[in-house]
Amino acid sequence: MNDLAFREPSFIADSIRIARKDLLIEFRSRSGFLSAVVFALLSLAIFRFSWDPTAVSSIDLAPGILWVIFTFAGLLGLNRSFNVEQVDRAMDALLASPVSREAVFAGKALGNFVFVMAVQLLALPTLALFFGLPVGPEWWGVLAVALLAGAGFVAVGTLFAAVASNTRLAEMLLPMLALPFFVPVLIPAAQATSSLLAGRPIAEVLPELKILGAFDIVFMAACALAFPFTLEE
Amino acid sequence: MPVADSAAGVSRAAEAAGVSALAGAADTADAALVADGVTRKYGARAVVKNVSLRLNAGDCLALFGPNGAGKTTLLRMLGGLLKPYKGRMTLLGQELPGEASTRRLLGVISHRSMLYDALTVRENVMFAAECQGLRHAAAATDAVLKQLLVHDRAHTPVRALSRGLQQRVSIARALVHGPRLVLLDEPYTGLDETGARALTDALRALKSNGATVVLITHNLSEGLALATETAIMRDGAFVHEMARPAQGYVVTEYATMYRELVAGVE
Amino acid sequence: MTTASALDARSTSVRRLPPVDWLLMLAVVAVAGVVARATLYTPADAMLGAVQRLFYVHVPSAILGMYVACSVMAIAGGLYLWIKDDRLDRVAESAAEVGFVFLTVVLVTGSIWGKASWGTYWAWEPRLTSALFLWFLVLSYLVLRDAIENREARARLSAVLGVLALLLVPFIHMTVYLFRGLHPEPIVLKPEKPAMSPEMLSTFGFAMLAFTVLFFAMIRLRYRWATARDARLELEQA
Repeated sequence: MNDLAFREPSFIADSIRIARKDLLIEFRSRSGFLSAVVFALLSLAIFRFSWDPTAVSSIDLAPGILWVIFTFAGLLGLNRSFNVEQVDRAMDALLASPVSREAVFAGKALGNFVFVMAVQLLALPTLALFFGLPVGPEWWGVLAVALLAGAGFVAVGTLFAAVASNTRLAEMLLPMLALPFFVPVLIPAAQATSSLLAGRPIAEVLPELKILGAFDIVFMAACALAFPFTLEE
Repeated sequence: MPVADSAAGVSRAAEAAGVSALAGAADTADAALVADGVTRKYGARAVVKNVSLRLNAGDCLALFGPNGAGKTTLLRMLGGLLKPYKGRMTLLGQELPGEASTRRLLGVISHRSMLYDALTVRENVMFAAECQGLRHAAAATDAVLKQLLVHDRAHTPVRALSRGLQQRVSIARALVHGPRLVLLDEPYTGLDETGARALTDALRALKSNGATVVLITHNLSEGLALATETAIMRDGAFVHEMARPAQGYVVTEYATMYRELVAGVE
Repeated sequence: MTTASALDARSTSVRRLPPVDWLLMLAVVAVAGVVARATLYTPADAMLGAVQRLFYVHVPSAILGMYVACSVMAIAGGLYLWIKDDRLDRVAESAAEVGFVFLTVVLVTGSIWGKASWGTYWAWEPRLTSALFLWFLVLSYLVLRDAIENREARARLSAVLGVLALLLVPFIHMTVYLFRGLHPEPIVLKPEKPAMSPEMLSTFGFAMLAFTVLFFAMIRLRYRWATARDARLELEQA
């Protein structure tokens, strides 16, 4: 064998490589992303049809719808997180390599984050379009809320995808496990979106942003630490 | 001296042939792979019972045994995928399971390909090479793909390959970083002639380069062709160990002895 | 204790459980005593009438189900992940089931009380809402356990859920109090000391004590059942 030079494993490089690998696989097969996008856009359309504009204003209704759809579209993506590793036991090769368990988790979560944000970037304009919402600078605030919420969402979602992949009925168990944990993400996010779309200043949604931020920090750390325990060792 | 946990069925024939059990390493300092009293439990039941072994660089241990004997569990412990309940393992003096520098000494191969079937051959091996931390990952990838004779399919998605080719790619994935300890769990399953030959050649090359090989297989002839030591495992313990005789193993005799030893299990 | 019970207590847990569990008997007597005291001795609240007496069941159940049970689940789970002792897993399992029962009681009594005070069986009031989410959380814990056959994996994965669930609880509280859509918190649900007569306070104290004993008696019984079950499974598999 030729003389092989090695470098020390780097958490960031390893995570990014794993995220890239997952996104490349997703891009090649496309079915997961397309399902999530179609689901989101179709749901938006259906909600629009079932809405009586004279009863409720769009600004009151739209945020709740957005975040419910975000959740279920996101769950479609999360379900697939660990499938690709289990089918041919690729996870074994990864675990036997110098890559740390925490980097595996971070990489998977990062890939899920990109997936979820990509769906959101399509859903947000569609929401504005279908519900006739005014488009102005307040949408930057909405985007910021989406980023914060997305981070917490994928941290918890990725961890429970790992837990659920050990069980039979993984696809049914994942929503059940994760939804209680999504509550501190979804409620502040929906409320903040509602305030921002109504034209309230960012200062008024600071409490919501604080909860989102705290949740992100606490659960990104906790889930990364908990992840090795989801592996049989 | 071997520390094998012998059941009542230790073969007298082997003793009569004047064969010593796994005494390949004169002392621990020379040994490449050392396992000492390794035990793994499932509930109250021990699936691996107090197993010990010592292997030198260049050795190949062929591990035979019926299903459920604990061979895969033992291998997964050597590979750092499972932790032993009791006992220690070291590789080149470093504790197993270990940190990054120890883990890059390992290569694992099983009958599952451990590949991503949506990615191409080259992408899969590059990914493995980079995860192992190789500085010149691309060069190493191309080299190992050539060695395993799959470089002409480098840009084919793994999904489109035959099982035999997939297994060869899996071997490339496992060997790209030149591991010192290669663990194989039934790698010959589903391999065609060409594939089996490529695998055997790769393993011979590894041995002559000083790597240590632990091979689980049901294929007695392939295993005995490569082995410098053999062990038969039953109910979690080694019931028979044998170093390679000067004239090589005689497959038919070994097969008879094996059948006697595992009678009543399968 | 009869000789039979003494033998049972000493032999391995594979044998059947003792026919009489003294702690459980004590708890049942205590709870019966509290019920009698609440019904016969303690005066009913002037505004709400007899329904207010549910308070003596509702609040202890809430404290035990929401705080104690969840803490035990999480701490036992966390310790299990550290030292991998099966007994800790059985404690967590027992605390979860008993906690689930108590949480159900909280929701049911809260609902009946709600009907009496606001005229509706459910209202998105902060404490009830928190109790509801915790109920879902414990339910998902039980469903997760049910979905895993491998004993080691079941203990390990439910411990992960248990620890994370404990981390979640403060966030649920924060979110619930943030949520604008909730009912304003009705004052009658708060056990404000000035509003409660001394008899009510002392009955509440007894109730708290009795339900705590009941809680731990039930956990102990459930734990023993779990130990017997695991021992039997082990014999079957060996």
